[in-house]
Amino acid sequence: MTNALLTNALLIDPEAGTETLGWLRIEGGRIAETGTGARHGGRDCGGLCLAPGIVDIGVKVGEPGERHKESFRSAGAAAAAGGVTTIVTRPDTATPIDTPETLEFVLRRGREAAEIRIRPMAALTRGREGREMCELKFLMDAGAVAFTDGDAVTRDTRVLARAMTYARGLDALVMAHVQDPVLSAGAVATSGKFASLKGLPHVSPIAERMGLERDLALVEMTGVRYHADQVTTAAALPALRRARAAGLDVTAGVSIHHLTLNELDVGPYRTFFKLKPPLRSEDDRRAVVEAVAAGEIDIICSMHTPQDEEEKRRPFEEAASGAVGLETLLPAALRLVHAGEMDLPQLFRALSTNPARRFGVPGGSLAAGTPADLVLFDPNVPYVLDRSTLLSKSKNTPFDLARMQGRVAATFIDGAPVFERAA
Amino acid sequence: MTFRARHLLGIEPLAPDEITALIDRADTYAGMARRGEAPAPVLQGQTQINMFFENSTRTQASFEIAGKRLGAQVMNMGVASSSVKKGETLIDTAMTLNAMRPDLLVVRHPSSGAVDLLAEKVTCAVLNAGDGRHEHPTQALLDALTIRRAKGRLHRLTIAICGDIAHSRVARSNILLLGKLENRLRLVGPPTLMPPGAKDWGVEVYDDMTEGLRDADVVMMLRLQKERMDGGFIPSEREYFHRYGLDAGKLAAAKDDAIVMHPGPMNRGVEIDGTIADDINRSVIQEQVEMGVAVRMAAMDLLAANMREANTPRGVLT
Repeated sequence: MTNALLTNALLIDPEAGTETLGWLRIEGGRIAETGTGARHGGRDCGGLCLAPGIVDIGVKVGEPGERHKESFRSAGAAAAAGGVTTIVTRPDTATPIDTPETLEFVLRRGREAAEIRIRPMAALTRGREGREMCELKFLMDAGAVAFTDGDAVTRDTRVLARAMTYARGLDALVMAHVQDPVLSAGAVATSGKFASLKGLPHVSPIAERMGLERDLALVEMTGVRYHADQVTTAAALPALRRARAAGLDVTAGVSIHHLTLNELDVGPYRTFFKLKPPLRSEDDRRAVVEAVAAGEIDIICSMHTPQDEEEKRRPFEEAASGAVGLETLLPAALRLVHAGEMDLPQLFRALSTNPARRFGVPGGSLAAGTPADLVLFDPNVPYVLDRSTLLSKSKNTPFDLARMQGRVAATFIDGAPVFERAA
Repeated sequence: MTFRARHLLGIEPLAPDEITALIDRADTYAGMARRGEAPAPVLQGQTQINMFFENSTRTQASFEIAGKRLGAQVMNMGVASSSVKKGETLIDTAMTLNAMRPDLLVVRHPSSGAVDLLAEKVTCAVLNAGDGRHEHPTQALLDALTIRRAKGRLHRLTIAICGDIAHSRVARSNILLLGKLENRLRLVGPPTLMPPGAKDWGVEVYDDMTEGLRDADVVMMLRLQKERMDGGFIPSEREYFHRYGLDAGKLAAAKDDAIVMHPGPMNRGVEIDGTIADDINRSVIQEQVEMGVAVRMAAMDLLAANMREANTPRGVLT
């Protein structure tokens, strides 16, 4: 096990809410102690930022079924290059992860092919079809950290209520996509002037609130632990506040894309900006950024969704949704810091601490005794992103040719480097 | 400045004087056709491919006649007979066709933005013959020419566009064009057929048709696109006709010399009363069809000229 000393680093402690120049000592792969000020020896970090590694809960890997889009090897390499030390994988693969057998396959492939940590989620219902619940206990025993049908919203409230009730008995976490499935059917844009001018099928932002309100009512009814995967509209926030005030065990997340882009970025039908839910108005984007800064939205994830070139080379309505994000999550999130929307400890609370706690996975802390899963990054280095340099097999990033500021210098798992950027 | 673009993808990117240049040229062609004069074969030796991914009889015929009158070789490619049905993507189809070196590609597609996408991948001039709910630029240009010929001007008119605005590319292109030329625009229809955010387009929105038509110079009816209805936008055709069908009673609110337009094909008794559609004193619907050919001739003529100019090496003596 690794013993190491990292000195001259700006320690980002999301739990204490501090950034201090100091050092961090690793013993047996775990954080042994941290201190402020100068210390000799070890690895001189040159004043770069050292933070708990990112725990990304929104990652889709193409195994099984679509390995040409993203394998565990390529996803692991992309995650390491992006400062992500744990990925929580989504079960919405071509063959859904809905049995202990497929879950074991995923875990085995992850162990063989990737150096970072991989924790899988499993489907809540068989085939993500919203009809029969999966074997939740077997899946938990096999290693599932949460249950979700991904962006397939369960229409049958009786099925969902029973699955939630059953999950409550196991103290399992249920994650859901909040969207009214009927209102949003066929929509590829958010209702408003932009969608109307471009002639795109659209859905009102209120459909997100409707989905959230329905789920929160079921949470109140069943008492299940619940996480809303992406809250992206101002209209949904009051419902979240009310649920919290009522003492429900509820958290919410948002993708980095909804925090840094808005509907106008779609411009001339650029399919790399086609996401689910669709990008929102600038007013919504600002409201959601403020909610993250205020701690009302707990978790920022990449919603990493690899798509091949063919799936995106179609007219906007017909093109596949989603964007890759493992490598651009931190640089894009740093835009929020550079814009003064939040500070680095606040950002890492949403990127590392909260997801680790909520999903019960290692990391997210600089406290002594925690596994030394760390990211070392330069928050200021400017560059233009070239999508061909991404390590993901799929290159469908909306940040191609975008000006970015900040990137990862090194990533550590159990104190050992799994990524070092060549100087 | 005249019309300088490589493609005609929509009204949105056009400047007012480009619109005027297109309409002026079309007016010339319309006059020649009425006098029985043959136009110069400016498209002689050029290949025009009509690629319609959505059924159309009128627009496709109009483009075909326009191309043939100017001497082009015209080929119609129906979707049913193409490899699109075999799963080939739109871009691959476009690149395959492009390799055959056509000069003009006329495209209609059911997805908004599909024609823009295709235009990025080809070297010939592309004309948008309608993409999804987005734009139908030649329809707006022919409507504009028809209005100008009837009213003597194309600015400071009060124009009411009525019916299924939400699903209509004709409405979008007309709103853009007539707005650029500083007309007063009104959108009339039930809220279920009005696109969200319409009020931000610099137009007035009415759900009462008589109010919307008051003192209008032009009444532009839209087809109730039944094939696009998911169901439930309106209670019934007869209630729709009662509230939004153009009949003599509602038309009486408009100016006495107001003209009535319709892009066709008409649903008589649904959005327009048959006797008004056929009233030669009010209806310019047949003239719209006539101007359609002239506008498409003008657009292809100017695009082909722009293409020739772009391909002529500058500073080289030939």
